[in-house]
Amino acid sequence: MKWWITGFLLIFFSILSLFIGVSDLSITDLFSLSAEQQEVLFVSRIPRLISLLIAGMSMSIAGLIMQQLSQNKFVSPTTAGTMDSARLGILVGMLLFPSASMMEKMLLAFLFALAGTFVFMKILDKIRYRDAVFIPLVGLMFGNIIGSVTTFLAYRFDLVQSIGTWLHGDFSMLIEGRYELLYLSLPVVILAYIFAHHFTIAGMGEDFASNLGLSYQKVLYLGLGLVALITASVVLTAGMLPFLGLIVPNIVTIYQGDHLRSSIWQTAVLGALFVLVCDILGRVIIYPYEISIGLTVGVLGSGIFLYLLLRRRAYGL
Amino acid sequence: MVDVTNVSKAYKEVKVVDDVSVHIKKGTITSFIGANGAGKSTLLSMVSRLIPKDEGSVLLDGEEITSYDNKELAKRLSVLKQSNNIKVRITVRELVSFGRFPYSQGKLKKEDEKLIDEAIEYMQLEDFEGRFLDELSGGQKQRAYIAMVIAQDTEYILLDEPLNNLDMKHSKQIMKALRRMVDDLGKTVVIVIHDINFASCYSDHIVALKDGKCVYEGHPEEMITNNVLREVYDMEFNVCNIDGNRICVFFT
Ligand SMILES: Nc1ncnc2c1ncn2[C@@H]1O[C@H](COP(=O)(O)OP(=O)(O)O)[C@@H](O)[C@H]1O
Ligand SMILES: [Mg+2]
Repeated sequence: MKWWITGFLLIFFSILSLFIGVSDLSITDLFSLSAEQQEVLFVSRIPRLISLLIAGMSMSIAGLIMQQLSQNKFVSPTTAGTMDSARLGILVGMLLFPSASMMEKMLLAFLFALAGTFVFMKILDKIRYRDAVFIPLVGLMFGNIIGSVTTFLAYRFDLVQSIGTWLHGDFSMLIEGRYELLYLSLPVVILAYIFAHHFTIAGMGEDFASNLGLSYQKVLYLGLGLVALITASVVLTAGMLPFLGLIVPNIVTIYQGDHLRSSIWQTAVLGALFVLVCDILGRVIIYPYEISIGLTVGVLGSGIFLYLLLRRRAYGL
Repeated sequence: MVDVTNVSKAYKEVKVVDDVSVHIKKGTITSFIGANGAGKSTLLSMVSRLIPKDEGSVLLDGEEITSYDNKELAKRLSVLKQSNNIKVRITVRELVSFGRFPYSQGKLKKEDEKLIDEAIEYMQLEDFEGRFLDELSGGQKQRAYIAMVIAQDTEYILLDEPLNNLDMKHSKQIMKALRRMVDDLGKTVVIVIHDINFASCYSDHIVALKDGKCVYEGHPEEMITNNVLREVYDMEFNVCNIDGNRICVFFT
């Protein structure tokens, strides 16, 4: 896929996304917006679009980094317990500090996501049977265990309602004032680009990295830190976006190769595009109602995941 | 020079490298030979600080190798391990460019590009430079890795079985290239090698390991003899003098 095709599609769907919805707002109104239409555009539609784009982009890059560092194409925030851990962190935050600010919740989500991913990486080290498919299954189980702890705690303390949004990704609630945390992902993504060479080299193995004077451990921790930050900010604002960080990087690296410098922007654009399309689908399928993005991304994503699994020999995954 | 003194390494109480001392002179090719499992790779990995040693010291130009700064060391000593079956899809040129990473940290300058071009040319990889590694044959891949080490342009070059997977033509090409790097550029090369005849024809110094111990070392003329080789490999050899080179015959 040429970069300009995805780029063009991204712009096209972005504009389209602004003019889909229950409130009456069409592109022809753009230069004669009523007060009400302005409100819809600036308070709801534009924040929604921005958060879609950032979330899609950063989650995909998080997946790309994880796959590179673990040397496994099927490791991602979904299949390594990162997302579930972030969500547990949010719940723990709500239990222990009910009046915690968004930033404080973010910090807890980040710490939990980091710890969870780290534990998974340690489990990976211990697994002898390192088949490419086996590992994400272990990760999914690990995520499910953490997920059930979250659910149990939520039932126990009557917080099921509150964690509902974090159970399924949902952009419909992301109005002005509730999505800005996502901007945190932007500098993280830029850091990922700056350290693209480091991640690629670390992905070639510890000895390979040492030969080039690179501390494998440091790069690993840096990468996991970035992944945890991205995941925490996305889960806290938009919710769970399953399989995104798994399928997008895989599609890109099939034709672009594994060097992060060449795959990172493609991954960003395709990730944003994928979430955008899923969101638009979710908004039009049962119009005027909406299917949450967690569901559309999950259904499409797991479908593509299965396809990649079945075709993995052909793509050398 | 590299001074290896009384180095040992044990895995689960079994000493796989046992009290080995070797002196590696500047501007020479030193070959480690020995049967499978003799401890050659382990020794090379300790000399290049890839694995920690249990005992002994490795001094690079007088300073313990593990006390060097990682980045500085990467500009002075490069090491290529035995099996490079990493399944990463990067192109040959991207791989060779990594050789410049210690100097450029990823931001390649003009002179880096020039050295990368030269390394690719040196290993005759021009036709493959845009190909992904996983689309190459074992030998082509091996040459790409060696090109990376050449681009790294270090004073000391340590290679574990660099002739793995290579046909005769490319084996000879690599040995000649190493010889040139030593003779013309003053580099110091240490290789683990199984082809005893290449070791005989191209080395300045041969170190023979057996069961983790250094059993013999010396100039090829002292090393490539029926008696020494019989003891190192536990089999019969017939060393002949052909065109001034000592060649071993052991095939039947
Ligand atoms: N990481 C390890 N754990 C346990 N044993 C090892 C390890 N690496 C090497 N060995 C053992 O040490 C011995 C020497 O190995 P090696 O140095 O690779 O031999 P060579 O390169 O001479 O064939 C072998 O018996 C091997 O099984
Ligand atoms: Mg070996």
